Amino acid sequence: MIANILIIGSGISGVAIAYHLAHKGVKDIVVIDQSYMTSGATGRCGAGVRQQWATKANCMMAKRSIEFFHDAATILDYADDIEFKQEGYLILATDQEEHEQFTHNVRLQNSLDIPSRQLSVSEARNIVPHLNPEAFVSATFCPTDGHLNPFKMTDAYYQAAKRLGVTFLFFETVRSISIESGRIEKVITSKRTILTHHVVNASGGYACEVGKMAGIDIPVYSENHEILVTEPIEKIQGPMVMSFKKNIYCQQVPHGSFLMGRSTPDQVQGHDISSSWQFLEAMAETVCEILPVIGKLRVVRQWGGSYNMSPDRQPIICEAPNLQGYTMACGFSGHGFMFAPMTGVLISEIILKEPPTLDVSLYHIDRFKKHMMDDIEKSVV
Amino acid sequence: MNKEPNIICRCEDVTVEQVRELLQKGYTHFEDLKRQLRVGMGPCQGQNCQEMIRREIATFLGVSIEDVPTHTVRPLIIGVPLEAIKAAKKR
Repeated sequence: MIANILIIGSGISGVAIAYHLAHKGVKDIVVIDQSYMTSGATGRCGAGVRQQWATKANCMMAKRSIEFFHDAATILDYADDIEFKQEGYLILATDQEEHEQFTHNVRLQNSLDIPSRQLSVSEARNIVPHLNPEAFVSATFCPTDGHLNPFKMTDAYYQAAKRLGVTFLFFETVRSISIESGRIEKVITSKRTILTHHVVNASGGYACEVGKMAGIDIPVYSENHEILVTEPIEKIQGPMVMSFKKNIYCQQVPHGSFLMGRSTPDQVQGHDISSSWQFLEAMAETVCEILPVIGKLRVVRQWGGSYNMSPDRQPIICEAPNLQGYTMACGFSGHGFMFAPMTGVLISEIILKEPPTLDVSLYHIDRFKKHMMDDIEKSVV
Repeated sequence: MNKEPNIICRCEDVTVEQVRELLQKGYTHFEDLKRQLRVGMGPCQGQNCQEMIRREIATFLGVSIEDVPTHTVRPLIIGVPLEAIKAAKKR
């Protein structure tokens, strides 16, 4: 098999990259995945999309991506429903320190035309009446943040890419990447040899390993983040409710279920994505404190998924400095789904050497060479 | 055969016709069907629909049902209210 460009990973990043390249006329694109589509982090994520970040790099990715999600069904000519809802994120400040950090964040967000604002406790309760007023001191709200169905969104990109001639290989594992005289020559998979000079690492939780296959040291690691879903009920909550200090995000999806997750303190690095009773207990306790009425709901299912963590909690989107033809989109630190539209655009621009839509130096791997990182994202659960 | 839609997943109101339509489009893994249709995601977690859907996949692919992978079984076994989980922790 010959591929003009081989994209490793059929999560949201891989399909978005494939679509944007194919849309610009690139032929013979192949997407390979070791399992089924969305089998990794994309299919396990909370699927919220927000623009309320503490760094410019994340704000810019998020804003442009949400603009794409808004029109995605039309752009991609998708017959099904991507279930996009734009009812905001309500982020709770639980002490004075967070309140002040959020004042700073909102100022940054507003300077980038993101319409977030700070709210008092009573203003926040006008938006989410079942919030416990004792649990927070103030909040920020951005009405254009939201949620969409990760399976449908991936499927929308997949179908559009397939119509443009992209080939998808599922249940096929990349075993090695052959480099001769500083150039990628072929990729060996569990089923065949693919001749190609261009590889895109969009392998989510396995980004570090797929880097090593080409001798590239990508400073990312994976860690398990757990999540649960309740039985569906009639709509009672519009926005995502989130708190960094209380360690919770909780959203009612259009289907009616509540999705909620939190990070595990001192989580070990690795590819474990199992479920724990410790998460279930801590999650139950946290949600009962902040949103007491949700405590009445039954948990239907819990699962885990990989966050691919970068040192500054912001993505790495660039060509490898020492290997022409190897591009990477990884280290999203739990936010690859919501940034995917811009990931697709930027990677396609990098490969085709087009002027970039955003300042891509913000996302380049070389930023970690500096002794002090400029800007570490703090707004992360 | 009955011309009315035939419900195959009672939790999420999915019909066998919807399953067959997606099989025709190439979504032939249980996990693919689950993600597109929500079969197996409801309160019963696939305990009612799983075998019927595996049989549909097996028939479509012309393989034995034993060769069709089951979907991933996850906790909890039955639904439990969050406040009951919290209360149990205190004891």
